[in-house]
Amino acid sequence: MATAVAHAPEHKHYTSTGLDNTKVAIWAFIGSECFFFASLISTYLIYKGHSLVGPFPHETWTDPATGRLYQPILNIPVTSFSAFVLLMSSLSMVLAHSAVLRGDKKYSKIWLLATIVMGTMFLCMQAFEFTSFVHEGLTLQRNLFGSTFFVLTGFHGAHVAAGVLWLTTLLFIDIKRGLEPRDGINVDVCALYWHFVDVVWIAIFALVYLIK
Amino acid sequence: MHDDATPFTHQPAVEAHHEVHIDWKTYRWVALILFVITVAEVWAYYIPGFSATRWFVPMILILGTVKFAIVVMFYMHLKYDAKLFRALFVGPLTIAICILIALMFLFAKMSIHTG
Repeated sequence: MATAVAHAPEHKHYTSTGLDNTKVAIWAFIGSECFFFASLISTYLIYKGHSLVGPFPHETWTDPATGRLYQPILNIPVTSFSAFVLLMSSLSMVLAHSAVLRGDKKYSKIWLLATIVMGTMFLCMQAFEFTSFVHEGLTLQRNLFGSTFFVLTGFHGAHVAAGVLWLTTLLFIDIKRGLEPRDGINVDVCALYWHFVDVVWIAIFALVYLIK
Repeated sequence: MHDDATPFTHQPAVEAHHEVHIDWKTYRWVALILFVITVAEVWAYYIPGFSATRWFVPMILILGTVKFAIVVMFYMHLKYDAKLFRALFVGPLTIAICILIALMFLFAKMSIHTG
């Protein structure tokens, strides 16, 4: 009984492997997410260059019916900045985790908030990008590029939004009662999810935006 | 019965107690390297002479892979963490990449002309 009380505040549940089962679960989940995003990326790559009507990602196109000229639709400067923001949010996430493990309550809040702000900035830039694409004539139904692009980046954006919500709950707990070093595992699991979302964007940025 | 379960519950392997602590300096260097690689990628994209060559796509793929590996190794601390976590991530990732490449080859052989 005494042993159980002594270990209770750690909030850790070990498996027979000696590893925390929360971390085993999040890594298994991340492994399954690899399949999910690989399926979306492979669909995008398979249909790449097979759209019959514009707008196209990297080329101009004139609609023969209306004579309207469509410019290349991808906005590389904006997307490069959003990729940079997401990379920097990974830095603030590891610093938030490090602050929680140190018991530094001031910086844990600052870095968690910074991560939330950068995640929200990324979502805002994606909303801007999607809105401008729709105004320029690219919709989900317009062509194969539109269908595969919106599904791939839309699902990634949904993951970022889920991550922002998760981080907000952590910040709320931190403000309410303060995150202790024993809460490190909860922040670590959230951080792993956030970094995974970041590495998925690294792949999308290279394969969708930069390769013509 | 209870005593048999106790070792697993309260005396986990040493590995489980090993919290990964990477110092701020390492995180800063990782962030700097990621920033430099991203700048190099975008810079290469805007050089028409280079982006039209056959070296452009392999270079972007290599730089993207390096960024991916750096984040996974240092920010997700897979380099320092338990081998089971590495297997849970690298295993599915390898299978997913193999499926992706196989599908690319398969569909490259087929003519798809749908709009």
